[in-house]
Amino acid sequence: MPDFVLWLAAVLLAVTSVGLLLSRDWRWTLGLLGGQYFAAFWLILARWPLTLSAATLVTSWMAVAVLGMTQLSIKNERLSETSWPSGALFRAFAAGLVLITVTSSAQPANKWLPSAGLPLVWGGFLLIGMGLLHLGMTVHPLRITVGLLTTLAGFEILYSSLENSILVTGLLAIITLGLALTGSYLVLFDAPEAPESAPE
Amino acid sequence: MTAPLIWIVFPLLAGGLLLALPRERWVAFAGTLVSVSLAALAFWLPPDMTQRIGPLSLRIESTLNVFGRQVSLTASEQIVLVLVYGIGAFWFFGTLASGSARRIVPFGLIVTALLVASLAVRPFLYAALLIELAVMLSIPLLIQPGQRPGRGLIRFLIYQTLAMPFILFAGFLLSGVDVGPADVGLIIEAAVLLGLGFAFLLSVFPLYTWIPLLAEEASPYAVGFILSLFPTFSLIFGLNFVDNYSWLRDSPPFTEILRLVGLLMMVTGGIWAAFQRHLGRIFAYTIVAETGISLLAASLPDRQLGLQAFFYLLAPRALALGVWAMSMSVFEKRYSTLQLDSLRGSARSFPVAAVGLVFGNLALIGLPLMASFPIRQALWERLAVLSFPAAVWFGVASLGLWLGALRALVTLVDARVDVPWISNEAWEQRVLIGLGIVGLFALGLFPHWAQPLLANFPAMFEYLGK
Repeated sequence: MPDFVLWLAAVLLAVTSVGLLLSRDWRWTLGLLGGQYFAAFWLILARWPLTLSAATLVTSWMAVAVLGMTQLSIKNERLSETSWPSGALFRAFAAGLVLITVTSSAQPANKWLPSAGLPLVWGGFLLIGMGLLHLGMTVHPLRITVGLLTTLAGFEILYSSLENSILVTGLLAIITLGLALTGSYLVLFDAPEAPESAPE
Repeated sequence: MTAPLIWIVFPLLAGGLLLALPRERWVAFAGTLVSVSLAALAFWLPPDMTQRIGPLSLRIESTLNVFGRQVSLTASEQIVLVLVYGIGAFWFFGTLASGSARRIVPFGLIVTALLVASLAVRPFLYAALLIELAVMLSIPLLIQPGQRPGRGLIRFLIYQTLAMPFILFAGFLLSGVDVGPADVGLIIEAAVLLGLGFAFLLSVFPLYTWIPLLAEEASPYAVGFILSLFPTFSLIFGLNFVDNYSWLRDSPPFTEILRLVGLLMMVTGGIWAAFQRHLGRIFAYTIVAETGISLLAASLPDRQLGLQAFFYLLAPRALALGVWAMSMSVFEKRYSTLQLDSLRGSARSFPVAAVGLVFGNLALIGLPLMASFPIRQALWERLAVLSFPAAVWFGVASLGLWLGALRALVTLVDARVDVPWISNEAWEQRVLIGLGIVGLFALGLFPHWAQPLLANFPAMFEYLGK
C-alpha cells in the first residue's frame, strides 16, 4: 500500500481522536470511535491480510454498537461531569501537546519497529497518547472505556507489524469486545437508575 | 482428554452454568465441589502421568493446540493446580458465611480458569492477554449491586489494562535480545517497558492507590478473593519472564531493584496500615506489603530458597486473607461500614468474627506460632545477612502492620458501655472462621507438613528451579 494512503489514514486517526476528546455528545463520541476504528483498520491492512484485519474491524464496530445500545437504554443525554475541565480550548491545547510529542517521538521509535513504517508508528503512538490523555481527564465510565479502547487500538496498530497470529488477534478482539461490555456494565451501574437486580 | 480441557475449559463452562443456579447455597456448594474435584484430580492424576484402576489405564495429555499455539499444563504445574483450585474451593465455601455466592462463585471460577490458562499458554508472553480477560471478568464480581462504580474499581480496570501492552511490547523487544544480548540499548528499552508493565500489573508503589480505594468501596470478601489471586499469578508470570531471559536472570542490578521495590512496597504498606481508620484499608495495605514480601523472596541470591519462600507463603496467605475477609464481611453486613469508629466494642456482639479478623491479620504479618511466621522469620534473617539497613526497614514495615492490627483489636474490644458477650454470628460463620483459625495455627505449628508438597514448585521453572 502506498505511503500516502497510509498517511491519509493516520490523519483520519488524528481527526477522530481529537474529535473524541472534544465531543460531549455520546452520539458524536461513538460515531468518531467507529471512524477511528475504520482508520485503524486501514493502517493494519498494510501488515495483515484482509480477512484478519476485517475481523478486527467488525469486532471493534460491535464494541461501539454495544456501547451505543447501552447509552440508548439510559436517559443520560450529555456526558457532563464535575471533574472534566470546562473549556474545549483546554482539551484542544492538551491534544495539541500530545500531537507534538507523538510527532517528535515517532521517528526515533520507528527504529525499534522497522517493520511497521512511520505512518503506523505515528498513528499507533497518537492513539496511545490520546487514549492516555482521555483516561487522565475523566472518571465517567463511558469516557474511561473510550480512552481504554483508544489506547488499545493504538497498541493493536503497532503490534500488527510484529505479530499476526490468529490466537493473538482473536484474544485482542475478545479484549476489545470485553472492554466494551465491561464499560457498558459500568455505565449501567453509573446511571441514576442503577440496576438493583444484578446477580447477588 | 487433555489437561487444558479439564483445568481451563471445564471450570469456564462450570462458572457459566453456575450463573443460572437460583439459590445462593446451591451455587456455593456446586462451586466448592467443582473446585475441590479439580484440585483432587490434579493431585491424583497429574498431566502426562498414568494411573491404573484395575484393567483401566488413565492418562491426561498435557497439551492442547489452539489456532497453531500450544496451551500446555504439564506435571510440573501439578502443585499449582492443586493449590489454586484448593484455595478456590476454600474461598467458594466461605461464601456460605460471607454471602454473595451468586456473584463471587461463578465469576471466581471463570477468573481462576483464565488465570490458570495464563500459566499454560505458549509462548508464555500471551499470558498478559489472558490476565487482562480475567481482569475484565472480575468487574461484575467486585461491583456492589445498587452502588455506582467507584474510583478504585475504575483505576483497577485502567491500571491492569495498561499493563498488557507494555508487557507484550517488552516481550517482543526481549525476543531480539535473546538472539543478540550485546545490544545494550535494546535491553534498556525492553527493561523500561517491562518495568512499567509489571509496575501496573503488580501495583507497585505508587501505582497501588486503587487497592485501598477498592477495599473501601467493594465487598471485603470479593476484594480479598481478587487480591489473593491476581498478585499471585502476576508474580508467577513475572518469574516466568526472569526464567526465560538469561540477561535478566543473571543481572545483579535486577535483583537489587527487585529488593528495593519489594522493600518500598512493604515499608509504605506497613506505615500506611498503621494510620488507617478503616478495616478495609488496613487489609489493603497489608496485601500491598505482602506483594512486597514476595518480591523480596524472589530477590534472594539463593534462588532455591527464594522460590521456596515465595511459594510457601501462598497457602498461608490465602488462608489468612480468607479468614480475615470472611470476618470483615460479618461486620460489614451488620454495621454496613468498616470504619473503626463505628465498630467500637463490636467484638462483644461478634466475638468469633473479631477473633477471626485479628488472627487473620496477625497470621499474615507473622505472629509467632501462626502460618506465615516461619517463612517471614527465615526471610528476615536472610535479608539481615544481605543488607542490615534492609532488615531494619523490614522491621519498620512489620511494626507498622502490627500497629494496624493492634489498633483494630483495641477498637473492637473497647466497649464504652457494659454490653454482654453474645455470639451473633450464624453457625456457618462460626464454623468456617473457626476452622480457618485452626488451619492458621496448624500451618504455623507444623510447617514441615507442607514441605513435600511445596518442594516441587521450583520445577515449574526451567532455570530458576535449578
